[in-house]
Amino acid sequence: MYALTVQEPSATQEALVGDFLGNGRQQILIANGSRLSILVVSRARKGHEVIFSQNVFGIIRHIAKFRLAGGTKDNIVLSTDSGRLVTYEYLPEERRLSPIHEETYGKSGIRRVIPGEYMAVDPKGRAIMLASLEKNKLVYILTRTGEDVITISSPLEAHKPSTLVYYLLALDVGYENPVFATLELDFTQADTDPTGEAAKEVEKELVYYELDLGLNHIVRKWSEPVDRTANILFRVPGGAHAPSGVLCCGEDNISYRRIHNRKSDVKRLAIPRRDAPTEDPNRKRIIVSGILYTLKKGDFFYLLQTDDGDVFKVTFDCTDGEVDRIKIRYFDTLPVATSICILKAGFIFCAFESGDRVIYDLESLGDDPNDPEFDSTQFPANPSDPYHPPFFRPRPLKNLILFETIPSMNPIMDMDVSNFAEEDAPQINTICGTGARSTFRTTRNALEVLDLIESGLPRQATAVWTTKLTVEDEYDTLIILCMISSTLILKIGEVVEQAHETGFLTETTTLGVQQFGDDCIIQIHPRGIRHIRELRFPNDDTEGETSGYYDWEAPVHRTIVAYAANNRQVAIALSSGEIYYFECDSDMSLAKFETEIPLEHNVTCIAIPDIPEGQARSRWMAVGSSDQSIRIFNLTADNEGNILVMASLQHLSSIPSSLAINYMRDNSPHGYSQYLHIGLRSGIYIRSVLEEFNGEIGDTRKRFLGPAPVRFARVNAADEPAVVCVTTRPWLSYAHPQTGWFCTTPLNYISFDSAASFEGSQFKGVICVSGAELRIFSISNLSSNTVTQSIPLQYTPRKMAASPEARVYYVIESDNNTIDLATREALLARNGEDAEMDGDSTNGVKALPAPQFGHPKANGLWASCIQIVDPVQENAVIQTLELGRDECAVSVALVPFESRNDERFLAVGVAVGLSFVPSLKFKSAHIYLYKVSDDGRSLEFYHKTDTDDLCLALLAFKGKLMAGVGKNLSMYDIGKRSLLRKAHTANCTTTRITGLTTQGSRLVVSDQSQSVTYVVHKELIHPNRLIPFADDTVSRWTTCAEMVDYDTVVGGDKFGNLWMVRCPPDVSHASDESTDGQHLIQDKPYLNGTPNRVNLVMHYYANDIPVAVQKRALLYGGEKIVIWAGLQGTLGILVPFLSRRDFKMIQELEMTLRSDKEHKMISGRDHLAFRSYYSPAKGVIDGDLCETFLTRKLHEKEGIVARLSTPGASVERVEELLWNMRALYAF
Amino acid sequence: MADKLRAQQQLEALQARFVGVGHPDTTKFEWTSNIARDSIASYIGHPPMLQYMSIGLGQPKEKTRIQLIERMIQPVGKPPAKEV
Repeated sequence: MYALTVQEPSATQEALVGDFLGNGRQQILIANGSRLSILVVSRARKGHEVIFSQNVFGIIRHIAKFRLAGGTKDNIVLSTDSGRLVTYEYLPEERRLSPIHEETYGKSGIRRVIPGEYMAVDPKGRAIMLASLEKNKLVYILTRTGEDVITISSPLEAHKPSTLVYYLLALDVGYENPVFATLELDFTQADTDPTGEAAKEVEKELVYYELDLGLNHIVRKWSEPVDRTANILFRVPGGAHAPSGVLCCGEDNISYRRIHNRKSDVKRLAIPRRDAPTEDPNRKRIIVSGILYTLKKGDFFYLLQTDDGDVFKVTFDCTDGEVDRIKIRYFDTLPVATSICILKAGFIFCAFESGDRVIYDLESLGDDPNDPEFDSTQFPANPSDPYHPPFFRPRPLKNLILFETIPSMNPIMDMDVSNFAEEDAPQINTICGTGARSTFRTTRNALEVLDLIESGLPRQATAVWTTKLTVEDEYDTLIILCMISSTLILKIGEVVEQAHETGFLTETTTLGVQQFGDDCIIQIHPRGIRHIRELRFPNDDTEGETSGYYDWEAPVHRTIVAYAANNRQVAIALSSGEIYYFECDSDMSLAKFETEIPLEHNVTCIAIPDIPEGQARSRWMAVGSSDQSIRIFNLTADNEGNILVMASLQHLSSIPSSLAINYMRDNSPHGYSQYLHIGLRSGIYIRSVLEEFNGEIGDTRKRFLGPAPVRFARVNAADEPAVVCVTTRPWLSYAHPQTGWFCTTPLNYISFDSAASFEGSQFKGVICVSGAELRIFSISNLSSNTVTQSIPLQYTPRKMAASPEARVYYVIESDNNTIDLATREALLARNGEDAEMDGDSTNGVKALPAPQFGHPKANGLWASCIQIVDPVQENAVIQTLELGRDECAVSVALVPFESRNDERFLAVGVAVGLSFVPSLKFKSAHIYLYKVSDDGRSLEFYHKTDTDDLCLALLAFKGKLMAGVGKNLSMYDIGKRSLLRKAHTANCTTTRITGLTTQGSRLVVSDQSQSVTYVVHKELIHPNRLIPFADDTVSRWTTCAEMVDYDTVVGGDKFGNLWMVRCPPDVSHASDESTDGQHLIQDKPYLNGTPNRVNLVMHYYANDIPVAVQKRALLYGGEKIVIWAGLQGTLGILVPFLSRRDFKMIQELEMTLRSDKEHKMISGRDHLAFRSYYSPAKGVIDGDLCETFLTRKLHEKEGIVARLSTPGASVERVEELLWNMRALYAF
Repeated sequence: MADKLRAQQQLEALQARFVGVGHPDTTKFEWTSNIARDSIASYIGHPPMLQYMSIGLGQPKEKTRIQLIERMIQPVGKPPAKEV
């Protein structure tokens, strides 16, 4: 299998602001999954731009920046699972990271005592401290020798055994010795005290470590006990006239501390609580994230966020480095963020724990006196002393304005690939997000277009062109529309109007229009060429005037069938098969060449590229003819002085329908190459390189676009040349703006008949005609090849069931620690009554909008609902069914019951009073049955059945309902009052059944921790038997599984692996042999499992938890492949190899890239070890690694290819293969 | 004899360097504590796993992280009473 990522993970691990380019501006360094990117946010662009992105092939744990004194840019430090400290410098010209250091300090992997869990860098860039969760701490000293050489010391150790670290921070001490602060907890006593008293009395300490730069050692300088709940530290600016120290935050506690302080010096703030009727006034908050921002004059403030998402601004009152008091004021409420970045330009970038990332514009600094402010004099330093808790009323955003939303699917909870919209390619439907920010998203492979103008036409048009009047014009003036038997000329001005007296022949169909010479226009029609001189609009209205025109008539009984033209060259093909070639004469007239090209076949299309800058004419002409071939002719004299000589010939699989030649950006040494685009009648699109010097055709990419002839229009997209390909739907063929790779992506637009490039004074875009409509649109963003539509949901979605007949999805949603709707409304109603009784009717509190403020929380409670989502017609939720108090939907299936004439019911597994800590518990478990209406768009409660254990898996099976109830597998039929059990297997798996999938009589049952079990259903005996006959040898914490064929299962586990297991053929055969399964029951269990074992076929570490896996086709006419969705927003595919030769070549390429000494993995991690994190990678090739080949420079590519032993390996061959592996299966 | 001594020294060095290296008298409590602590450290260290648990618990990742570290203090309950 070939593993590829279709969509990168979008869960942000960390983001920080720095100047990595060294241009004095700020960029954002962001780590998503195992990908490191640099973003630029600018007001001019009205958004962000990704300028660099690279896969590190390792688990990124932390990122940091450092800048040594005198440095001009920030360097990057990476803490990953590699057991190495790696530092990088970003080289903007080469768009790559250049390694500075790579220091190995421990074993690879994420381990308890290997540093890397925490990382802190001295603000002056002098030292880096790495700490592990327990015991180990390492300090590296950075110094500068010479101009730019940064040296790193050997590590200094500051280990302390039996000590847990909660947080690590580098203090700001100016230029004194670097000091690091940690929150530590020593559990030595707790480990030896059998009474358990010591464990209750352990103390958390704030420890200061000083790095003595002179003596080159590190000392534990000072420590003091802090609040037991303390969890996070923030740096307080230090140096001259600044206080230095830390903000130590814990539950209901933000306190300022510094080294060697007295108890009385500690300044503490309580965290304000929400004042709302649905809030418990005694619930305490913690700080989960925040940021320090320093203003120009040395002032500073913090934005700290609580676990509710409320952001508070904390400021200090200082007199000459002494802190008098600290103040806190409500700022705004945002979703819970993992990282908040403040940019100097006034932007706030927030990477949220779930859902879209957002860039806000900082409107004001939150100094509104209307918002309540509290200061440290109001609160005792010891949090256990009594005090009045502060309260505030949350309100909509006041200080921040939404600037841009960066879409993110993180976290994906379930996925289904279907074609409910009945388009040619299927859509990927995912349920994403948590809490009130949950969404149902439909993702399509398409480019986003901006619709600009849409206007009706008097009649149907078949083709459209735009033209300038003279060669110097900057913008297009005329739009020429070809109707059935006439031509319409429109002039672009303030409004678009029909133009008169233009000299055009209007009583015929037009084949083409071209601005010719300096100030002429030619119109090519079936009977000849009209050459119009000096068309102009003297009064700037629609009345034109010309200096006459000249008609070139085609020879009698022959018509023009195809043409190609540029500013100085014209070629026409006649119905008899000749090609005539014209050039622009010195007096701008058409000069026909003596030489004609006689072809024996009909010519279907011709192409001549635009004249390259600085040359008099284009060199090549391509001719497509009905003998299924393309011929290339030269238009400039060759060595013998001849022109119109055939230079090369290419045979095709079908008759060419259209040709285009243009220069497109690519990764060749010049940056641009000449490309020949060939469209075939069969709907296949071919892109080849047309060699500038000898007219050879090479480096071909082929792709099927749709079942109609392909036609082209050369356009500009995002200021780069591109080609619009029109078949059943429009496509764009372009170079990816970041990687320069060749891409072909459909446009997210209606299908149209003809298109042309359009350059207006306001915008550049594409003009097209669709029936009797004229439309103009532009394409500005080429970096994302997916378009997503989202529908908001109520709570965290858990699973969904598709109804292909009704084309809707039934989504079950549930939120832990949340008050359900009924209770919430009761609380609000009671509050409303109270307020009325107080005569305070104006202050009637409305419920806060949940998407911003989240649902009101209450520990241990569940809120849950079932929603019907229509992603096709209404794009909305069409019904919501709230479940009762503390109920939680855990599984769902749509079942047509055979005993009820296939009437459809929705079965939902429900748990009441579910809790996970310390172990899984619940009060009761049920299966609810809902009757689905005939149109599938509404649900009605039917009945409920009690089960003795949690029902985490449901499946429609042979007209009945199959349910995994705890460890047991049961089959139910519908009854009047409840479900009736028809078959049952106790202890089918060992832990808990979490998933079911089926083919025929075979069921594959996934267990929570014990991989999958194959079960066969024997229906011909009474009672029916469900017999487990094969299971796995390895415990896999299965999250999802799907049968790829009758014997093979692909699945994912909670540790982030993808795997495939296969039942041995003899076992598979034997299981289906008998009708009663008697011999299967007689088989002896083997090692407390089933009698047989399955074999592992494939294993791959994906670094994201797969939550759904399916075997579907992603493209129109594409092969079925395995598609998986990861929790962090990854969409990936597994493609089987069809040819042994291709496989050998890619395998060798992977090995070569892996062991490439010059380009080691950015994380310092060994690639093979990374992909074999838990268990050795097997039967899979990492396509993401192979695709890094495409980003290499040409000489590096040649070097790599030279090391491949596969016969016939060349750079082009490898590139083509890599392109095919992606483009023919996915996008 | 010298080999045995060296082996002993090497083992001691390993025990000092890596937490959780066993010795002949490792008790069940020590052993299970080590396993539990290693597991929890792994849950915290793998970002997707921490996120997965947080979504299930319906709370921010930071809160889950702190709860998990708290669990590391005494992951398998009280230590057994020493035999006198």
